[in-house]
Amino acid sequence: MEMVNVKINNIPLKIEKGTKILEAAKNINIDIPHLCYHPDQSIKAHCRICTVEVVGSRRLLAACSTEVWEGMEIHTDTKLVRDTQVGILELILATHEQNCLTCSRNQNCDLQKLCSRFNVLNSNLPDVTEHLPIHNTNPSIIRDPAKCVKCGRCIKACKEVQGISALTYAGRSDKIAVTTAYNKPMEETDCILCGQCSVVCPTGAIVEKDDTQKVLDVLQNPKKHVIVQVAPSVRVALGDAFGLPKGTIVTGQMVTALKMLGFDRVFDTNFGADLTIMEEGSELLSRIKNNGTLPMITSCSSGWVNYMEKNYGDYLEHLSSTKSPQQIFGAISKTYYPEQSGIDVNDIVTVSIMPCTAKKFEAARPEHGRNGHQDVDIVLTTRELTKLIKYVGLNFASLPEGQFDSPLGSGTGAAIIFGNTGGVMEAALRTVYEKYTGKELKSVEFQEVRGLEGIRESIIDLGNTKIKVAIAHTIASAKIIMEKIKAGTCDYTFIEIMACPGGCIGGGGQPIKSTTDVKHLRMDALYDIDKNNPLRKSHENPDIIRIYKDFLGEPLSEKSHILLHTEYHKVKKTHDFSYLKTEEISSI
Amino acid sequence: MSKTVSFITKNFGKYDVSSIGSYMECGGFDALKKAITLSGEEIAGIVAAAKIKGRGGAGYDMGRKLAQAKSVIAEKKVVICNADEGEPCTFKDRMLLENDPFNLIESMIITGYTVDAEDGYIYLREEYCHLRPLLLNAIRQAKTYGFLGTNILGKGFNFEIHLYSGAGAYVCGEGTALIESIEGKAGRPRMKPPFIKQCGLYNRPTCVNNVESLSLLSHILLDEDKEYQTYGMGDSIGTKLISVAGNVKHPGVFEIPFGTTVREIVYDLAGGIDGDRPIRLLQFGGASGKIASSKILDTPYTYEDLKRSGVTVGSGAILVIDDRTSLIEFLQSTQEFFSHESCGQCTPCREGNRHMKLFLQKLADGTHTDKDIKSMKKIAKLMAMSSLCGLGETAQSALVSAMNQFEDVFHVKSSEVQE
Repeated sequence: MEMVNVKINNIPLKIEKGTKILEAAKNINIDIPHLCYHPDQSIKAHCRICTVEVVGSRRLLAACSTEVWEGMEIHTDTKLVRDTQVGILELILATHEQNCLTCSRNQNCDLQKLCSRFNVLNSNLPDVTEHLPIHNTNPSIIRDPAKCVKCGRCIKACKEVQGISALTYAGRSDKIAVTTAYNKPMEETDCILCGQCSVVCPTGAIVEKDDTQKVLDVLQNPKKHVIVQVAPSVRVALGDAFGLPKGTIVTGQMVTALKMLGFDRVFDTNFGADLTIMEEGSELLSRIKNNGTLPMITSCSSGWVNYMEKNYGDYLEHLSSTKSPQQIFGAISKTYYPEQSGIDVNDIVTVSIMPCTAKKFEAARPEHGRNGHQDVDIVLTTRELTKLIKYVGLNFASLPEGQFDSPLGSGTGAAIIFGNTGGVMEAALRTVYEKYTGKELKSVEFQEVRGLEGIRESIIDLGNTKIKVAIAHTIASAKIIMEKIKAGTCDYTFIEIMACPGGCIGGGGQPIKSTTDVKHLRMDALYDIDKNNPLRKSHENPDIIRIYKDFLGEPLSEKSHILLHTEYHKVKKTHDFSYLKTEEISSI
Repeated sequence: MSKTVSFITKNFGKYDVSSIGSYMECGGFDALKKAITLSGEEIAGIVAAAKIKGRGGAGYDMGRKLAQAKSVIAEKKVVICNADEGEPCTFKDRMLLENDPFNLIESMIITGYTVDAEDGYIYLREEYCHLRPLLLNAIRQAKTYGFLGTNILGKGFNFEIHLYSGAGAYVCGEGTALIESIEGKAGRPRMKPPFIKQCGLYNRPTCVNNVESLSLLSHILLDEDKEYQTYGMGDSIGTKLISVAGNVKHPGVFEIPFGTTVREIVYDLAGGIDGDRPIRLLQFGGASGKIASSKILDTPYTYEDLKRSGVTVGSGAILVIDDRTSLIEFLQSTQEFFSHESCGQCTPCREGNRHMKLFLQKLADGTHTDKDIKSMKKIAKLMAMSSLCGLGETAQSALVSAMNQFEDVFHVKSSEVQE
């Protein structure tokens, strides 16, 4: 490793060659202001707010993109630097909708923080904000162009992480906009509603569709029996917003908070996840035995399902027909639960807390309902739950630890790891191994399917046969596998795919600043919960055993098929080219 | 017209621009034949000795540029001819393309040989699409004669030239935006570093040169008597193609020896001002250039003297504006251009230009305040200091130089509007 000597504000520093100035400054605890820079993305150098003075350089240099060199002398706080940074901030503010008090990102906005940091009190510049229409026609994501600072983070997330590029720059100069092709609504583009754009947006330009008021309304309605399920990855991310160290497990506080919010029952999506494993594992075994379509691909990630439906409509039979844990829970909450509890199904409202924006869309799919109501009525993201907890004024970190309610509140270690990329695979293998071999699986941890590489594969020994499995996260990685399947060169039997980087712990509904470092901590936390759970295999969950005995019968039974399985539809992608004046073009 | 010279323009009218045979009859490809007896370093050395500055606007030492390009080690390198002559009032490259296309092709091949590139690209501005057939023909004929293709002149050197047309964006004259455009992307400049000399077109080391700089190359190689060195003044050696337009009687392109005074250019070469009216201002180097009052008329046209007078050679354009246009109208029109042409990706340029335009409107209305002037100076400075590319860096050159040279125009008229 080649090291160079630099000076930042006269403080000498020895640092690896090739380090960018912005990163180097962190080593001496200087935070150079930035907006377009994001630690998980390639460098853009668009916002220019990170400019610094470098001795000998004619102009200011962008700290995010400029590598240090031997003998470099950097100044981050000269008058010129400060004037430039404040000037750029003023320019951005002049074009920014400043309704901060009513903005979804109030107190959690990078632009707001910079204004506070630089004490921007007033600006002489005229307001040039363009009040373009807000894009809010889908159930997951809202885009407000008037709050966009054109940093390009969302574009990078969509392009580099997902390989989708639903969002892009259009136009130029002060008419440049971050938008979709032909400015179509998100749902009419290649967008899968994964929400990765909303996690990286520095302002409130892209946010989840806020359904907190809906929840407050039903909670305040005494006629309604409101139950809630919480996805596994929420409990290792929720603490972020309450000043707890990243990756803190807050299951108990979260349950207490939900009860204090007024939910009648607090249940666990882990129950749904364990049921998913029972069904999906059986489905896999059935496909292997009966020469069904292989490889079978998981379908828990609703962003991933959206992607398949829009892009690989001819390969939908590869998707497991088993519903996602959210929807399995939803179906049970509107059938088994009323039967068990004696509560009228018409009075039950099922709320989900999900790390995901696409889950809002999934819950609204017509196939996920019966008798005129949806299985899951309202979906909140982790970020929205944070708001609700703040709304009722709970001192979250100090809350006593509560327990999930019975009977839909239990889950095994296999279910909790659904939140990590590779977790569904590992959970499935724990059950499939025992079901297939009839032997006890002694070592339940499949280390080779864990980790954060885009694609991981492993060969699993099932006694008389070996199966090859693969795990992919992010759509960019998933595409590679799908192209293999398309080309007929794929020899996997079972594939787990999650749309978001890291799986649900890195979901599009998770707290802002869910960077890779943070994802590692959340992953470890989920594996810890699994480790400390005496039950680590889905088929050992006594409540799962009971529901099959009392209600469902066997996995893949007729009832299971009706309630726990679904089908997928090819979505036609249409692009309207009618606005093109083809006659004029051909005459040129 | 005795004040003009013919060095870079010496082939103009001498041959049939559609015929390589005709070009070869007047010495065409002799420079290439000479070049291949030399090493790349030697050619770069000859150019360096002639002290040629890049003619695109930045004035970078061309010999040094070639030597650097040669020294980069890479499997494949690229040479680009920047024919996106987009600076308003600049049309000297067009004259070279129209009147001496084969010389450009020859010079590009020499450049490719000099820096070990296998591919050359001509990026032709969209508005010059009428020149496409001419250039394509020249490329085709050069290929037929074995000056392009594989094993050129039996020297084991391979080189192809590709012609690429822009789509009309001014910013694509900027080297990295030009490269993005060739790659089929939107023409928005890249951040630097990486510099294109290391990582340019298709991530290959790339050497971008202006049409005029390239065209000079073959003439310099054949200039054994060092005629070029006899022209010029001080450190500004040789000749320069300039384009003069605006309110002059005879707008046009002229090859002048460095050192000709601005007065000689405007009054002798361009015939003076329409209706012999007084000059309001002169802008040097295109829309991104600075402006001067008629006080500059007796300044010799050299890099150094112009710089001392607060302007630069830039693209070689001289725009002359007479008293029928007010300074503010002129600045508004210039600002309109940049507000339209900014690519919009970086904040200082995108937002800065927008506010400059609004400020100039206030100025035109006479409603500007001291505070406005202060704000504008601040924005102009931050644009120049922190924009991502040269467009934002120079978009306010005219305004800033106007503020310095025509202070009275910016005077705040009414005390009521003061805060």
